[in-house]
Amino acid sequence: MKPFTFERVSSPAQAAAAAAKSRGARFIAGGTNLLDLMKLEIEAPTHLIDVTQTGLGEISATGDGGLRIGALVTNTALAAHERVKRDYGVLSRAIVAGASGQLRNKATTGGNLLQRTRCPYFYDTNMACNKRVPESGCSARGGVSRQLGIVGVSEACIATYPGDMAVALRVLDAVVETVRPDGSARTIPIAEFHRLWGDTPHIETALEPGEMITAVVLPAPLGGTHLYHKVRDRRSYAFALVSVAAVLDAEGRGRVAVGGIAPRPWRVEAADAALPDAAAAARALTQGASPTDQNAFKIALVERTLAGVLAKARGEFA
Amino acid sequence: MKYVEPVGETPIDRQRVVGRPTPRIEGPLKVTGRAHYAYERHDVVEDPLYGFVVGSAIAQGRVTGFDLAEAKAQPGVVEILTTTEMEALPLGLGNSTTLFGGDVIHHYHQAIALVVARSFEEARAAASRVRVSYARTPGHHDLASIADTAPFAKDGDKGPDVSALGDFEAAYAKAPVRIDATYTTPDESHAMMEPHATTAHWQGDKLTLWTSNQMISWGKDSIANVLGLKPENVRLDCPYLGGGFGAKLFLRADAVLAALGSKRTQRPVKVMLSRPLVFNNTTHRPATIQRLRFGADKDGRMTAFSHVCTSGNLPGGDIENGVSQSRLLYAAPNRYTAHRLAELDLPEGASMRAPGEAAGMMALEGAMDELAEALGMDPVELRIVNDTQVDPENPERKFSNRKLVECLRRGAEAFGWDARNTTPGGRREGRWLIGHGMAVGFRNSIPRKSAARVRLSGNGQVTVETDMTDIGTGTYTILAQTAAEMLGLPLEAVSVTLGDSDHPAACGSGGQWGAANSTSSVYAACVKVRETVATRLGFDPAKADFSDGSVHQGSESRPLADALGAGEIVVDESIEYGDLAEKFQQSTFAGHFVELAVDAYTGETQVRRMLACCEAGRILNPVSARSQVIGAMTMGVGAALTEELAVDTRYGFFVNHDLAGYEVPVHADIPHQEVIFLEELDPVASPMKAKGVGELGLCGVGAAVANALYNATGVRVREYPLTLDKYLDKLPAIA
Ligand SMILES: Cc1cc2nc3c(=O)[nH]c(=O)nc-3n(C[C@H](O)[C@H](O)[C@H](O)COP(=O)(O)OP(=O)(O)OC[C@H]3O[C@@H](n4cnc5c(N)ncnc54)[C@H](O)[C@@H]3O)c2cc1C
Ligand code: SF4
Repeated sequence: MKPFTFERVSSPAQAAAAAAKSRGARFIAGGTNLLDLMKLEIEAPTHLIDVTQTGLGEISATGDGGLRIGALVTNTALAAHERVKRDYGVLSRAIVAGASGQLRNKATTGGNLLQRTRCPYFYDTNMACNKRVPESGCSARGGVSRQLGIVGVSEACIATYPGDMAVALRVLDAVVETVRPDGSARTIPIAEFHRLWGDTPHIETALEPGEMITAVVLPAPLGGTHLYHKVRDRRSYAFALVSVAAVLDAEGRGRVAVGGIAPRPWRVEAADAALPDAAAAARALTQGASPTDQNAFKIALVERTLAGVLAKARGEFA
Repeated sequence: MKYVEPVGETPIDRQRVVGRPTPRIEGPLKVTGRAHYAYERHDVVEDPLYGFVVGSAIAQGRVTGFDLAEAKAQPGVVEILTTTEMEALPLGLGNSTTLFGGDVIHHYHQAIALVVARSFEEARAAASRVRVSYARTPGHHDLASIADTAPFAKDGDKGPDVSALGDFEAAYAKAPVRIDATYTTPDESHAMMEPHATTAHWQGDKLTLWTSNQMISWGKDSIANVLGLKPENVRLDCPYLGGGFGAKLFLRADAVLAALGSKRTQRPVKVMLSRPLVFNNTTHRPATIQRLRFGADKDGRMTAFSHVCTSGNLPGGDIENGVSQSRLLYAAPNRYTAHRLAELDLPEGASMRAPGEAAGMMALEGAMDELAEALGMDPVELRIVNDTQVDPENPERKFSNRKLVECLRRGAEAFGWDARNTTPGGRREGRWLIGHGMAVGFRNSIPRKSAARVRLSGNGQVTVETDMTDIGTGTYTILAQTAAEMLGLPLEAVSVTLGDSDHPAACGSGGQWGAANSTSSVYAACVKVRETVATRLGFDPAKADFSDGSVHQGSESRPLADALGAGEIVVDESIEYGDLAEKFQQSTFAGHFVELAVDAYTGETQVRRMLACCEAGRILNPVSARSQVIGAMTMGVGAALTEELAVDTRYGFFVNHDLAGYEVPVHADIPHQEVIFLEELDPVASPMKAKGVGELGLCGVGAAVANALYNATGVRVREYPLTLDKYLDKLPAIA
């Protein structure tokens, strides 16, 4: 870990001002991802801005019947919130499918959205990695890639966005609210929040340097059956091979988004339109896939996971 | 005590303390944070420096230079030792490659430098600024690509590791029912909770290592040999280990570098390997490729049996002996077993819990399931039909006690084996396909010399001192139980000191030999203590009964403490064995049964329940024995379903070198486990009439999981671990 300076701010405006002052700064919330990366020197901020006391820990109703989730609301609190459980079950289920109870107690809504990939080569500083060191090469290509992406990936990087919560946010069409270093606020639809890697896999989101997430806003509830199925090698404490977030009616029509296969939660209009046909929806979701030998199975897994989710929505089993 | 004849009745047979479920006596220290592990010896070492190990970034080649300028300029840095400063150090016992020194790189994350600083954080920060240049050379990193040309391993000085009896090929060709199956097992990591760690301190030419090591006397001799010290100038102390599973059988870089760093700085230095180094710097269980061919008559009796196992290792490294149990488990007149060993440039392969047996049984018992299916026979009955009471390669030699059939029958009944569905893929509950599988568990019991000191003092206080280790297995407790039973005292009267190399040398913890041999040494010492006590009290040692703190003979009774008026009694004694192990095969047995659910859509697995019915002689402490077995069963689930060191065959290293990437089971994977112990005594194995149990629970259980997966899905996967990508496309189609 490189030496760094530290300050704690007490409002989003102060956070923005602090970010404006110092170029190499990072916000720190729960620290569950950032600190691990700093210990390995994959991230080496010179200055940390602690945003945990910025008063963004609340969940409140919006005028149009939706919910505004403060960026510092913990994953545990969000998943357990009465209205989230009732009206946005897919979100609650996605969150508890992630990490562990201890981590979710620390992890925040903003930090969770910004968690970085779990590509093993990204974590080994002896290995070339375009995401860690731009233009250094990609060790995962031709290497151990079972966990990595099959769609939306690029020549430069085949990693995935690994998180669960954002997959549910994608199916709910959430909106991210931010404040920029100059103090101005803006909103970013979740669909545009995570970028495809392209030639610049080190740039992962639409956020500008120093831009802080203040809240995530959920539109009015969709109704329907909310499901999240996360497929992984062990039953807890593992990242998704494939995950499916769905909001469906009794016939299996509605929306789906898929995690574990792409640089962002993967949602395709044609797939939603193809529902309730699991095979057709899966085809739309994996169209143009460029898997490796090791992760080609994810194509079939998307279809089968989706089929299971649809069967459950139809009430075929508990 | 030399153990040459099976013992008759002994005070242990009373089982007033031994054999009773007893919570571990050091437990309160552990759960209250007062048990000091190697990296936390603040109780004995003041103000230590911290060493951080730099691992090689390449797998094969040479270090051509270091640039230390930036690292040395970091705050807090006291010293930096580099591998090129010295010749390659000699090998310690069990090491196949040097732990430090020289410029040659044999494997990824080989230790090449130690940064010593005032704090851990400073040492780590500076370590990342050590600049190293390398000359890389190509190597062999892929077992599958060189397995076919691998030569036979050497069996000591007996020549190639091939064992043949009768005419396998002819019998196999004639057999009406045949199986020919190739199984593979991956490289596995011990992944114990506590990484390798050592605190070192020199006083003059005397070195003390507070370390985490399963085999104290091996460790002491090894460090003396590696650093060129007199063994009497070295002391190892290891009262507690946070697990080892074989990773800490032999000296590792933490101990060597802590010693070198402390020597250089003249300060105590502590070194813990970072988690990634545990995977690539230290040892692992080598991958195997195993071919099994069985020929059987229609009634299930095997006429031809062959098992050939191939593994790889660094030059000079050992085999992963997958065929050892195949040579003993089933009768068959025509047999061929062999081991091939390829030279592979990966990190060092060495012992991991049930070395050889675990991987071998996963293949053997999977293939037996295939044979049962080919015969249309109940897998339990197939094992019973092929049971043997003698060593199949040497029929003169009997098993000391072999109750495998009883384990299988009793286990099957308790599990409800008969109620299972026998049509593969034929049972579905909602989204789940349900399957049942079984396998035999089979691991040998190994007699080894072990010594202990028993001190009887005060008014009946007992102290047991030995360099034996407790790696989380419960050794403290069973040694105390043994002394208490022998001397007729309550458990609380006994205190136990372990892991100190100044104390008598024990068998150590490995190969499931720890419990039976270390308790036997305490037994042997207590026999002598009893003689002295009885004589001092004027009783006949052969007739005196030690109970309730007193010694009784006929109608006479005297408090034990009366014998101590003439001073404390101290006995150093060891257990050594004659040729009973040559005359009798000593083994432990289990029937493993597993119920597994497989998601019909996604192929995800969920173990629902597991049961093991075990025979391991006297069960010294049912609480800790059960813990050993269920822990091993859990490890077996990991081996079957998730655990694999993923090899990058281009760069020659294990890529998933942390506990997020190397997936051991979590609680949610293991819902329900049951263990039954048969009440058996094995007086041939040890005077305690006990055998080992620590590895039995692992042997075979992975195959039971695999067989359950087959029964659930109708898909046979022979490539462990059975991750869903290997069978997803073969699952029944979804509606
Ligand atoms: C062992 C382990 C297992 C895990 N398993 C899963 C899993 O299965 N599924 C899953 O989804 N996740 C998993 N995670 C990831 C976990 O969910 C994230 O680490 C966590 O959500 C991050 O939140 P945090 O508040 O701790 O973020 P931090 O670590 O504090 O920050 C993460 C990043 O976000 C930035 N940041 C934080 N807050 C803001 C803000 N308000 N505005 C702008 N930038 C901000 C930081 O600068 C940093 O770059 C796992 C993590 C671990 C360690
Ligand atoms: S896939 Fe991406 S993260 Fe992984 S090594 Fe390649 S560039 Fe780095």
